[in-house]
Amino acid sequence: MSKLLMFEKPVGMRDTLPHIYETKRKVKEAAEGAMRSWGYRFIETPALEYYETVGDASAILDRQLFKLLDQQGNTLVLRPDMTAPIARVAAAKLLKERVPLRLAYSASVYRAQQREGGRAAEFEQIGVEMIGDETMSADAEVIALLVSVMKETGLEKFQLSLGHIRFTDELFRQILGTEERSEQLRRFLYEKNYVGYREHVKNLPLSSIDKQRLLQFLHLSGGISCLDEAAKLIEGSAGAEALDELRTVFGRLQEYGVDQYVTFDLPLVSHMSYYTGLVFEVYADGVGAPVGNGGRYDDLLGKFGHPAGATGFGLRVDFLLEALGQLEDEAGVHCVLFSNERRVEAIAEAQKRRAAGECVLLQDVAGVKDVDSFTESCKSVTFFVGKSSGGNV
Amino acid sequence: MSMLTIAMPKGRIFEEAAALMQEAGYKLPPDLDESRKLIIEVPEENMRFFLAKPMDVATYVEHGVADVGIAGKDVLLEEERDVYELLDLKISPCYLAVAGLPDTALNEVAPKIATKYPTVASAYFREKGEQVEIIKLNGSIELAPLIGLSDRIVDIVSTGRTLRENGLVEYETIVGITSRLIVNPVSYRMKNEEISTFVNRLTDTIEEKAVR
Repeated sequence: MSKLLMFEKPVGMRDTLPHIYETKRKVKEAAEGAMRSWGYRFIETPALEYYETVGDASAILDRQLFKLLDQQGNTLVLRPDMTAPIARVAAAKLLKERVPLRLAYSASVYRAQQREGGRAAEFEQIGVEMIGDETMSADAEVIALLVSVMKETGLEKFQLSLGHIRFTDELFRQILGTEERSEQLRRFLYEKNYVGYREHVKNLPLSSIDKQRLLQFLHLSGGISCLDEAAKLIEGSAGAEALDELRTVFGRLQEYGVDQYVTFDLPLVSHMSYYTGLVFEVYADGVGAPVGNGGRYDDLLGKFGHPAGATGFGLRVDFLLEALGQLEDEAGVHCVLFSNERRVEAIAEAQKRRAAGECVLLQDVAGVKDVDSFTESCKSVTFFVGKSSGGNV
Repeated sequence: MSMLTIAMPKGRIFEEAAALMQEAGYKLPPDLDESRKLIIEVPEENMRFFLAKPMDVATYVEHGVADVGIAGKDVLLEEERDVYELLDLKISPCYLAVAGLPDTALNEVAPKIATKYPTVASAYFREKGEQVEIIKLNGSIELAPLIGLSDRIVDIVSTGRTLRENGLVEYETIVGITSRLIVNPVSYRMKNEEISTFVNRLTDTIEEKAVR
């Protein structure tokens, strides 16, 4: 590698400059406010965790983990998501308090980028985890809260896709018999390779009816009516149960008044093994990747020694910002410029304005090279310069 | 209805892809290929086209600046982009193959493979249980064994003429290739109606062609 130049940063690492910081702060405040008002309590966890615990339990692929060694030679990871660390804390401590737990987080997570730029390796995620409640009310609440959070941030054009892992699993198990063959098909869905899925199905030693069922499955997306189509493809109670769950949760979302944001997508497989029930992704206009995702993960807490049902979602703050575009900076800063002989007056003026809630910067005119360009970004300026009384611009 | 942005591959695949779309009843600008304009709007179809290097089409679609794209399966295998592969357009058929000079064996110490497809080549040889060294080239791959750069090449073959003309022979076929319709995951949801219409019309045309 050639010698690093002083301005360079590691791949995928980004600075947040003042104007972006402001926008980000507002978006985060809106989102956090919504979560708090639903009774979720925020927690923080360390950036470094053990590879063998949190790293292994996390839903993020191994090759995306940043790994390092501590002085004792243990492998550490920079937390790739917040769900696994929260599961660790919950299992070890919080689940002894009050159950169900409603926890929220707003933190940076780290995922190594193999490829070129355009993808952040460190980004902020904001989300919630509802732990210890296995009812569909919990699933519905988390989704309704997600919609509420999206709206609070100012987004209007967004959409959720809802699927159910147990339906997919049951359909594949019924038709294919073995877990191994199911997994092959599931991988095609996970890789979004519908062409490969169809080819694979055509070459399976199955009856033409069963092949048709598997091919039909790819088309199970859209409004609530696709659940009726889905019911025709599956036999027995396990699959029907999954569909009932989807129907029930959708009904609850109607009660919340947020069903217009929700569509179904049964072939949605957002992870090979992590989720155990309802899964969802949320999309916003103008961003090329999902701004957030979530679902039920009833097996994770067990890995930390305290089995409990859980559901939650995470949103990417950077994608939210991308979807929102540039927000106008309404408040701005008032500038008080002074020369030495009128400093006392200027300080008094600044303090008066600050007490009234304004942002005021106090600047000695002798320290400024070009007054015009300096004051350009301020919303207004008061001068305490020379012997005469102050004037506004 | 919102406008669909479509990334079209330049060169070999372009004409067949454009012909397929015209057969499906889409009015494309006649000079799309020769035009110097990089982005061409077709308001009556509510579509916008741009031409890109075939290798780059999946990149544009993954980042969401194109909703839909047409890309060879070779590109999808090599680039591993997070996009929906919705439809086999069954055009521009060819295959990826291992080729080399006739009657030669792989170097036992460090077998060298020259290719434009390092990901595909290394995955293929790993699965076969052979450790090879991959040398990435950007074109004229056939030159590598002739000049002694590599023992084998992994490259796309459509008629086999280029290989024959250079005195090379195929050793193994890796995988068959056709062009695919790919879709950005967010567009797939947010512009579902437009994309479904597009996919259905293309599907019908492809099926009709298969029957003929």
